[in-house]
Amino acid sequence: MSTTDKVMSIDEVVGSLESGMTIGIGGWGSRRKPMAFVRAICRSSLTDLRVVSYGGPDVGLLCAYGKVRSVTAPFVTMDSIALEPHFRAARQNGSITFTEYDEGMFMFGLYAAAHRLPFLPTRAGLGSDVMRVNPDLRTVRSPYDDGEELVAMPALNMDVALVHMNRADRRGNARYLGPDPYLDDLFVKAATAASYVSCERLVDTADLLADGHVQSLLISRVHVTGVTETPNGAHFTTCEPDHGRDEAFQREYAKAAADPAAWEAFRRRYLDGDEKAYQEAVR
Amino acid sequence: MTEATRAEICVTACAEAWRGDGEILAAAMGTCSVLGARLARLTFEPGLLTTDGGALLTAEAIPLGAEAGAIEGGLPFRDHLWLVAAGRRHVMMGASQIDPHGNTNISAIGDWERPKSQLLGARGAPGNTRCNPTSYWIPRHSTRVFVERVDFVSGVGTDRGAFDLRRVVTDLGVFDFAGPGGTLRLVSVHPGVTADQVLAATGFDLPVPGDVPTTRTPTDEELRLLRGFLDPKALRDREVPT
Repeated sequence: MSTTDKVMSIDEVVGSLESGMTIGIGGWGSRRKPMAFVRAICRSSLTDLRVVSYGGPDVGLLCAYGKVRSVTAPFVTMDSIALEPHFRAARQNGSITFTEYDEGMFMFGLYAAAHRLPFLPTRAGLGSDVMRVNPDLRTVRSPYDDGEELVAMPALNMDVALVHMNRADRRGNARYLGPDPYLDDLFVKAATAASYVSCERLVDTADLLADGHVQSLLISRVHVTGVTETPNGAHFTTCEPDHGRDEAFQREYAKAAADPAAWEAFRRRYLDGDEKAYQEAVR
Repeated sequence: MTEATRAEICVTACAEAWRGDGEILAAAMGTCSVLGARLARLTFEPGLLTTDGGALLTAEAIPLGAEAGAIEGGLPFRDHLWLVAAGRRHVMMGASQIDPHGNTNISAIGDWERPKSQLLGARGAPGNTRCNPTSYWIPRHSTRVFVERVDFVSGVGTDRGAFDLRRVVTDLGVFDFAGPGGTLRLVSVHPGVTADQVLAATGFDLPVPGDVPTTRTPTDEELRLLRGFLDPKALRDREVPT
C-alpha cells in the first residue's frame, strides 16, 4: 500500500489519544455516532476529556465511565428517548462542567473552528440565559451601517474529531449514505491534532462513489489521520441506510442506567469486552 | 361524524397557528403539533413545507410515522438552521416552563450550575425565538409549567427580544401575547373547559376577556383527514387523553 494507507485499529486510534484532550464527536443526538470509538475510550485509561458534541449516548456513556471533565453541547438527547440518563446524572451530581449553547450557535462555532477563525457572529443566543451561564461569551457590533449587536460565537476548537461514516477508503476519504451529513465535515476540519473516521465498510477508492453523487463524499483524506472499519460501529444509534436505531437496545440502555445494579449487569453483559465481544452480545 | 375529542380540538388549534404563513417550513414538536402542521397543509395552507419527522421534505403531507413517499427536498439539520436564521420557518416547540412574557425553559430545572433536574439543554430555542416565528404546544397545562419565573431562559420572551411569538396552545385553551406589555393572554378555552380551570392551572395572573370565546371545533373534512389519513392509530389521544 502507498503512504496514504491510513487504516488503523480501534485500539490504535484510542491509544493515540491523551487524557485532558478536547474531543469532538460527530453525529447528532442518537444518530450516526462513532460508538465503537466511544466504547473503546470507555475501556481505556483516558480521563479528564473535554467533549464537544451534538450530544447523545456518546456523551452519556463517557459520563457513565467517568471519562469526562466537561461537556460542550447544545443538548444531550437520545431522540426517541428525550433525556440521556447518564448525562443527567452527571449534571445533577455535579461531576462534570457544562458549556451550553444554542444548536445554531454551536454550528457557527464549528464553522469558525473549521475555518480557523476566532469567532463568527450570530443572532442566536441574544437575550437568552446562554449568555448568563457563559460569562466569557462576548457580543460584537456590526462595523457596517446597520450597527447591529450580535453574539461573537467563539470557535469550538478541538484537538481530535471522531466521526462515523457509511463508507470510506483506506486513504480516509469517506462517504455518507443517509439523508443527513450532520456537521461531521466541520468536526474533521476543526480538529487540530487528528481526525479519525470509523466506517461501516472499507471499500476501494474506485468503488467509493458506486451509484452515488460526488456530494455524498463528505470527508476528504486531506483532513483525516486514520480510518477504521467498524461494522455496526454506530450501534445502537442510527446509521442509515446500513442500519436504523436499535430502539429495543436503547430502551434497555436507558432502563439499566436508572439503577446501579442493573447498570453493572448491563456493563458486564455488553461493555466489558472488546468491540468484537460487544457486537456478538448485541447480535 | 362523532363529536371531536379534546385531542382533535388541540390539533386544529395547533393547525391554526400556521394559517396565513404561506411557503415556509412548518416545524413541529409533539404529536398534536405535528398533526396540526400536516393538517394545515392539507387544508387551508397548502404552501407549507412539512417533513417526514426526519431530514426529508415530503412531496405531500404524510400520516404520522409513515414512510416519506415522494420527497420534494432534503432538510439536513444544517439547512434547518439556515431556515431559522433566514426566518423562513415557523416552529411550534414544547416548553417545560413558560412565564408571562413567553420566556421558556427546556434546559434544566433548579439552579443551572447544579440542576435538580437536567432536561434537554437549550437545543434550538434561543435561535428559534430570536430569528423566526415561534409558537408553543403544551399538552399538559399546569402550574408547574406556567410559572412566574422560568429557571433558565432557553427560548426568549417578548421582554427579551423575541422575533415573533405567535400563540400557545395547551390541552385547555389557546393563548397569545397581546396582554399588557406583551404578556400571555387567554384567547379561547376549548369546549368543556372553563376560564376558572385555566386560571387554576396557571401560576401567574392571566388576563381573561369578559366573555371567553370557545376554541373552534374541527370541520367534518378535518376530522375525516385526521382520523382516516393522518393519524388512524389515534396517537393524538395518547398525548391528550379524552
